[in-house]
Amino acid sequence: METTVFIEAQGLVKNYKGIQAVYGLSFTVFKGDIFGFLGPNGAGKSTTIRMILSLIRQDEGDINIFGLPLSRNRKRILSGIGALVEEPRLFEYMSAYGNLELLGRLSGKKISHSRIMDVLALTGLEERWNSPVRSFSHGMKQRLGIAQAIVHDPELLILDEPANGLDPKGMKDMREIIVRLNREFGKTIFISSHILKDIELMANRMLIIDHGAKVVEGNVQELLNAAESNLRITVSEPERAVAVLKEKPETMDLMIDHEGNIVMKANRELVPDINKLLVDNGLKVYSLMPVNSLEQYFLDKT
Amino acid sequence: MVKLILIELKKVFGRKRSYIGFLVIFVLVSILQAAMWVEGQTFIDMFTQNLQDTFVLEGNLMNGYFISFMLMNSLWVLLPFLVTFVAGDSIAGEAHAGTLRLILTRPVSRVSLITAKYIASVTYTFLIVLFLMILSLGISSLVFGTGDLIVFSKTLNIFPEKEVLPKFLGAFGFAFLGMTLVTTLAFFFSVLTNNSIGPIVSTMAIVLSFTIITNLNLEAFHVIRKLLFTSYINSWTLFFDYTIDWRQIYLSIFVSLMHIAVLFAATLWIFKRKDILS
Repeated sequence: METTVFIEAQGLVKNYKGIQAVYGLSFTVFKGDIFGFLGPNGAGKSTTIRMILSLIRQDEGDINIFGLPLSRNRKRILSGIGALVEEPRLFEYMSAYGNLELLGRLSGKKISHSRIMDVLALTGLEERWNSPVRSFSHGMKQRLGIAQAIVHDPELLILDEPANGLDPKGMKDMREIIVRLNREFGKTIFISSHILKDIELMANRMLIIDHGAKVVEGNVQELLNAAESNLRITVSEPERAVAVLKEKPETMDLMIDHEGNIVMKANRELVPDINKLLVDNGLKVYSLMPVNSLEQYFLDKT
Repeated sequence: MVKLILIELKKVFGRKRSYIGFLVIFVLVSILQAAMWVEGQTFIDMFTQNLQDTFVLEGNLMNGYFISFMLMNSLWVLLPFLVTFVAGDSIAGEAHAGTLRLILTRPVSRVSLITAKYIASVTYTFLIVLFLMILSLGISSLVFGTGDLIVFSKTLNIFPEKEVLPKFLGAFGFAFLGMTLVTTLAFFFSVLTNNSIGPIVSTMAIVLSFTIITNLNLEAFHVIRKLLFTSYINSWTLFFDYTIDWRQIYLSIFVSLMHIAVLFAATLWIFKRKDILS
């Protein structure tokens, strides 16, 4: 992973009519990241994203993107960014092609016919290229929202809840598009979502905010590995297994669920030790897996 | 900037509702022209009844010029409604639809965007006034012919045919300026809200209430009247006075242009600082 800094936010503060939306928020996004941006509803995620896109002005703090101060280089910076802010709002009376053509022209780059068709193909909309957007389903609009964000081939994508309102298939499709954009096309992606599984599956780094302030920032796997997560263990004799595990001081909150599995809080680093302990005590371990690790981590932190 | 203006024009004319204004003008002008075709001569006879006892009136007085003057008088009150639809919707409509934030995530300066939107709105206003001119003056002249113009503007005036066309060009030119002021007012309100109804209602409320005060011939309103733009935007009628009051026309042009400049500057100032929350 390269260490070129793409977004650097320092001490961001934003108040709305006396209500503090964001307070002292700082974070860094590196080139090549899929950077997950998490927080409960009203935590200040959309406000932060709008500040990064200069849709709103921060009361205090600095934002540097591509190494340049946003306040003095707005046009230059935005030409390298593609964004989808909340639900996609497009020109409903225009076709998918017409929207991409218009928004592509606004990006300041010459967008060819073949580029527009390629982007429509990437997002699975090539067959509906000439249909008016008002006839599109929510999922199709969401994909067109991604298409308009990438049509001018930006280096950095800022996606605010891109999977919002999608069905499971739509979410999976969206996830695949985002990962492809990162891995195949080298896009750096800043993505906010409340679908924690998506972030866990896609992001390499993440930031969790609550009440407008940073809770934690770092590498997703490192943070999860360092954190206690719920562990579900399926063993031959659950009650004896609980007694064995209770002897180990690092384990805690042990319980047996209605299916006879042991559920406990444990650091991921302890998983091999727990497995060995159970096996050494003559228990058959059928499965041992962390459950909703990011979800648990998120709930613990917010 | 040219690219932005073309995009904004494409957006204005890509929507069906933008054609409502043209349709309304077409329908009303056609109805009035048909009515004048049927009983226009009776109308002229009634209009000149007293004169016919004293003077000999020759030629075709029920001509395209007369009908055009009538149409301008009749439709003048309607024009502000038609031009505010586009200008009032220009920013607020896009804010409501969420496309404003879509555009502003592109490398487009806010000043350029607002200027392009304004130029597109003023272009629409120009085309509305031009359309009214073509239908009322052009088509009426073709159908009813041309001739001397008989009008009642303070006094009863009859203008020889050769003097009439410049008067109409001046009147329509001034009508465009007046409607540009109304457009600018609607555009100003459009930046203040996130729904298109608000700017349209606000603009019309101001135009109507100012017009009422302007037209009420009360001494109490004498000073106020001079401060209201509605006292100046109706100055197109001055072109049909027996002696044209050029001083008043220049004053009206100056006051209208000042209003336009101040309102547009205020719109720019507000939009540059506006948080896009929609």
